[in-house]
Amino acid sequence: MSMREKKKYMVLSFHSTTEAMSFEKKCMDNQIPGRLIPIPREITAGCGLAWRIPADEYPQCRQQICDLQMKYENATELLL
Amino acid sequence: MIYLDPSATSFLKPPQVAEAVCRAFATVGNAGRGAHAATLGAARMIYDTREKLAELFHIPDPSRICFTSNATEALNIAIRGLICEEDHVITTACEHNSVLRPLYAKERVGAGLSILPADAKGRIAYEKLEEFYRENTRAVVVTHASNLTGNVTDLAKIRAFTRSHDLLLILDASQTAGALSIDVEEMGIDVLCFTGHKGLLGPQGTGGIYVRDGIAPVPLKVGGSGVHSFEREHPADMPTALEAGTLNGHGIAGLNAALSFLKETGIEAIHQKEDGLARRFAKGVSKIPSVVVYGDLEADLRAPIVSLNIGEMDSAMVSDILWEDYEICVRAGAHCAPLMHEALGTVEQGAVRFSFSYFNTEEEVDAAIDAVGEIAEE
Repeated sequence: MSMREKKKYMVLSFHSTTEAMSFEKKCMDNQIPGRLIPIPREITAGCGLAWRIPADEYPQCRQQICDLQMKYENATELLL
Repeated sequence: MIYLDPSATSFLKPPQVAEAVCRAFATVGNAGRGAHAATLGAARMIYDTREKLAELFHIPDPSRICFTSNATEALNIAIRGLICEEDHVITTACEHNSVLRPLYAKERVGAGLSILPADAKGRIAYEKLEEFYRENTRAVVVTHASNLTGNVTDLAKIRAFTRSHDLLLILDASQTAGALSIDVEEMGIDVLCFTGHKGLLGPQGTGGIYVRDGIAPVPLKVGGSGVHSFEREHPADMPTALEAGTLNGHGIAGLNAALSFLKETGIEAIHQKEDGLARRFAKGVSKIPSVVVYGDLEADLRAPIVSLNIGEMDSAMVSDILWEDYEICVRAGAHCAPLMHEALGTVEQGAVRFSFSYFNTEEEVDAAIDAVGEIAEE
């Protein structure tokens, strides 16, 4: 089995699963890229879920996330 | 069989509720416990149900709604979690034991309790609200509708009082959620307690509590949350704060389907149908000599409940005859509302409660009127 290539992602954590679900729904409704993943060990706060966006796509959606008042806890860039 | 007991539980449900529960058994994992398809599917379905409940009750933020196993659990969270020993609470004689017993428990540890009386028609003495007010009054806990008489509480009067003194309004919507329109903002409801298996037409074991932003009840239960596993304290974020342990995902899937049905049908249409059936029944049985019908039947707004007695007959015997000879399902005896029975004078006799759902028909109502008439002639 080949080694998985690591990529840079912006990982957004949430206060609760409900907040993560609300975030995911708004992403789906507004074509914001990414998907929910189990929260990586590097992030110690947050709920068990995180939203992972490819780092190079994050700058375009950052303003959109802000404009839509989409709630999350923290945004951390990680190599996953 | 004629089922006239939806105030106990909605035996008659839209078929999609059972279908959703069955489907959930094959598809739903544990919400908030990972990120694979089954757990995310559960979390999405539960979030969607929160949104549907928020829309139904005009709640601006779905995360302020927590799922409980029934209205009793929700009321225990509200009363045990918000009322302190030094507080004073006002409630009414119309309350169910799910309100009274948690309040009595608070009273035993020092809290003050005043109970607004009701007259022989079960009408609350709202004029005593100001008389009962104390400096340490914290909340008014009140039912939206009596489970015995079907009388609907005048929430405008309660809200005016709670607003003028900055008190919490905790509403028991066990008999009205899904049957009457509820708008938490307009009605000034700070905490809404509801069950999923009555007017909401969902499965038993579902229910919930809405807590207005800025209010934080001490949780009744703490434990697994799927988040912050190494912290000793249960998370304080809503709805996690009041949802320790695995949620009833299968039941909530059924509730979700029921909420879709309610939205498609419309609460007003449901109310019109149920109200029409209840008033038809009340009018019919009121003509029978020896039948006593309880409650404020002249009120414009009522829950679809009609309780009665036939002469001095034991209400339990009447309900037994209704089942054995007519296959009509009703509830008899005491109805977990001891103070209401005292006000109506039915402590010894109890009362025979007929309640009506969207799925009942006028033919069923007429059959029930005829049955009561025949029993009364015996």
